[in-house]
Amino acid sequence: MSTEVALLETDKTETAVRRSALQRLLKDPQAVITIAFLLLVLAVGLLAPLIAQHGPNESSLNAVNAEMGTPGYLLGGDQSGRDIFARLLYSIQTAAVSAAIGTGVACAVGLTFGLVGGYFGGRVRTVIEWIFNLIMTFPGLLLLIVLMPLTKGDFRITMLIFGVLLAPSIYRIVRNVTAGVRNELYVDAAKVSGLSTLRILGRHVMPVVRGPVIISGAFLMGAAINLQSGLAFLGVGSTEVPSFGAMIATGFLNLYVHPLQFLWPALLLGASTASLVLLGNALRDALEGARPKPAKLGSTKVRRPKAPVKPGDATSLLNVTDLTMEYPNPAGEPKQVLKGVSLELRAGETLGLVGESGSGKTQTAFSVLGVLPPEAVITSGSVLLDGRELLDLREKELRQIRGKDIAYIPQEPMSNLDPSFTIGYQLVEGIRTSAGMSKAAAKERALELMERVGIPNTRRTFDLYPHQISGGMAQRVLIAGAVASRPRVLIADEPTTALDVTIQAEILDLLRDLQQEMGMAILLVTHNFGVVADLCDRIAVMRHGVVVEEGDVMQVFHQPQHPYTQKLLNSILDETQLREDPETLVVTGKEQQ
Amino acid sequence: MTTDALLQIEDLRVAFPGHGLRRKMHEVLHGVSLSVASGEVLGLVGESGSGKTTIGRAVLGLVKPTGGTIKFCGEDITHVTPGHRRKLAKDIQVVFQDPYSSLNPALTIGDILTEPLMVQGATRTDARQRVRGLLDQVELPADASERLPREFSGGQRQRIAIARALAPEPKLIICDEPVSALDLSTQATVLRLLLEIQQRTGVASLFISHDLAVVRYVSHRVAVIYKGDIVETGPAGIVTSSPEHPYTQSLLLAAPVADPVQQKTRRIERLRLAAERKAVGPAHAL
Repeated sequence: MSTEVALLETDKTETAVRRSALQRLLKDPQAVITIAFLLLVLAVGLLAPLIAQHGPNESSLNAVNAEMGTPGYLLGGDQSGRDIFARLLYSIQTAAVSAAIGTGVACAVGLTFGLVGGYFGGRVRTVIEWIFNLIMTFPGLLLLIVLMPLTKGDFRITMLIFGVLLAPSIYRIVRNVTAGVRNELYVDAAKVSGLSTLRILGRHVMPVVRGPVIISGAFLMGAAINLQSGLAFLGVGSTEVPSFGAMIATGFLNLYVHPLQFLWPALLLGASTASLVLLGNALRDALEGARPKPAKLGSTKVRRPKAPVKPGDATSLLNVTDLTMEYPNPAGEPKQVLKGVSLELRAGETLGLVGESGSGKTQTAFSVLGVLPPEAVITSGSVLLDGRELLDLREKELRQIRGKDIAYIPQEPMSNLDPSFTIGYQLVEGIRTSAGMSKAAAKERALELMERVGIPNTRRTFDLYPHQISGGMAQRVLIAGAVASRPRVLIADEPTTALDVTIQAEILDLLRDLQQEMGMAILLVTHNFGVVADLCDRIAVMRHGVVVEEGDVMQVFHQPQHPYTQKLLNSILDETQLREDPETLVVTGKEQQ
Repeated sequence: MTTDALLQIEDLRVAFPGHGLRRKMHEVLHGVSLSVASGEVLGLVGESGSGKTTIGRAVLGLVKPTGGTIKFCGEDITHVTPGHRRKLAKDIQVVFQDPYSSLNPALTIGDILTEPLMVQGATRTDARQRVRGLLDQVELPADASERLPREFSGGQRQRIAIARALAPEPKLIICDEPVSALDLSTQATVLRLLLEIQQRTGVASLFISHDLAVVRYVSHRVAVIYKGDIVETGPAGIVTSSPEHPYTQSLLLAAPVADPVQQKTRRIERLRLAAERKAVGPAHAL
């Protein structure tokens, strides 16, 4: 319990880092500028009756093509003598209503059917899917023009229809997210808690869906404004309604005489839709987090003083001395993951590297293999294989050592086989790279190895794909690949954790037999003391990046020195320990047996 | 068993639709019978793919049985209406294996824990009050309720999941591998907590696990499932130390002991048994 409380204390600093999406949004200048601009435009549009001195359709012969700055006509008049400034302001209203109706309808329809289709699946989803696919095949602009007699030129009804046409994009997003959330265990837990479907959708699904819908909502608003303007530009719809499109069309007629008449509505329309797109991008960053930068895989970064290797330092096959390695934490400061790890692996022996999650045991193994992620930096220490410093080697030289002198068996056998190639192909590739054999010879060797690791029906299995075999078989395949070059060191990272106990026992038997046959040394990374007791000669116990105890298996199991080792060994459920019930609490159910 | 069993499963069959064009049903449970008395912990042991989780999910109403009956308090709940199922939520609860995906990352611990209480009709203040008690029961500080799941370690999350299951004071908790995703020392403390709560509240439990040692520690009786069939049921002490069925025997011998000397004898015993079975012929193996 004490360690748990300690963990709770350290976690408190993270609470301060926690910020809401809104706060993140307000820190992004792109978001702040676009929101401010859009709000300003909207406010001016709404206050149009107060600001403008003329109505949008009020024409005066005096104002025909009036110059900019004519009293009462700030931006001049158009060819019908209407106030361009006033029309611009009233056009904002039209654009805002278009955006609201189009996006509103798209979101309402898409969200409703997306939730239903995503959550229920089966026949319901098939029908909905079919309808939305049908909607997507309609040519939008054309349909809206054809429907003119029906809409009677009212842009609001046009936008209503356009909203339905936009709905599939929202539907797809919502359906996919919902279908994913539906399979989460917390939704199952909510069902077990007795929540109704409606409440599950509202409480557990909606918050996940909300973000993506808001983001695409911003883009859809831009699309709706553009479409309305486009229709008005073409002259579709009522001529009474002031809009950017109608203004641009009028301005177009005067393009060579009074080019500015065309410029104003075009500028405002462009700036508004551009702002909406930029706002959408800023929303994406705030709600979904900035995309992680792709990083190139490469050899491990080493930043350490070069320690001259004294002869006699390397008494064992593999010597890890004082290895310190750090990762940058989210704030960019280095955080030590390994704090001076020293290990020694003698030829032919098995060393168990034991620890709980986060102890650094896998990181130690990866450091030896030289396959750390690019952010990791080794700051000091040395890794000697047969007296040769591995940390000073270049990637090319390391590649020759990996697979030949040092081999590796991973924890998840399935994810370490490429699903698109047959097992045989992958084995042959590995053997050819490390041994430089001909294809036929490598195939013979692969079949021989498969036979050796206990894969039945080798010729048939050779042509199977990874998904066609079980996890235990996949691990045997990987072991076959690892021992193909008769390595001197085999690093096994939790090789049986993903497997059932009966399969685990067989894999451990196999590893033991192979070791005796080939005389290789095994570095076994595991959290399972039973596995260590079964296979290992020596054991090293790690915690928080430090080896706290190292020694002979018998000695560590029977006389653990470090309190942490003692605690771990005490945590193991005793083979003979049965459920204990205090006398008074003995349940009736037990007596009835 | 007794007729007054809390949970009585008889001849339960569950099949899932297969893949491909010809959708043949794939049966994962071939007529399973189990019973849990009130106040009793029944351990259910099996390997991956044995169907042990499916039994739990069928009881919870998360999968639809294709045959057989599930009775709870003498009432048939095999196929109940959604409304009735929601009423059962008060009596049957669950702790899932994965403490990471079983808590909604967007909700605070307080919201997660009040959820089942509000469904049962508690007022917000009442529920908040109860949450305090629940957190205390699972040995978490009271200020945990304002925080999000990601601020907690795996063991602490599992405590939260246990608190959620305890919230409506159920009669039965389905524990589906509640400690197998946890570290060794955390596993021990969570298991001790579960046992202690069970002893104090007397809640019955169907405790599903792949680990014989874990099941031995918490169960009164143990049932062993192999490929969709129960192969052995009996008192925990007997099933987990001197089992009768060959499958249970090999399961027991396959689990490594954390002691080099004992493990060596166990290994020799296991290999001997395997060789014996091979000699007798594959027909008798398992």
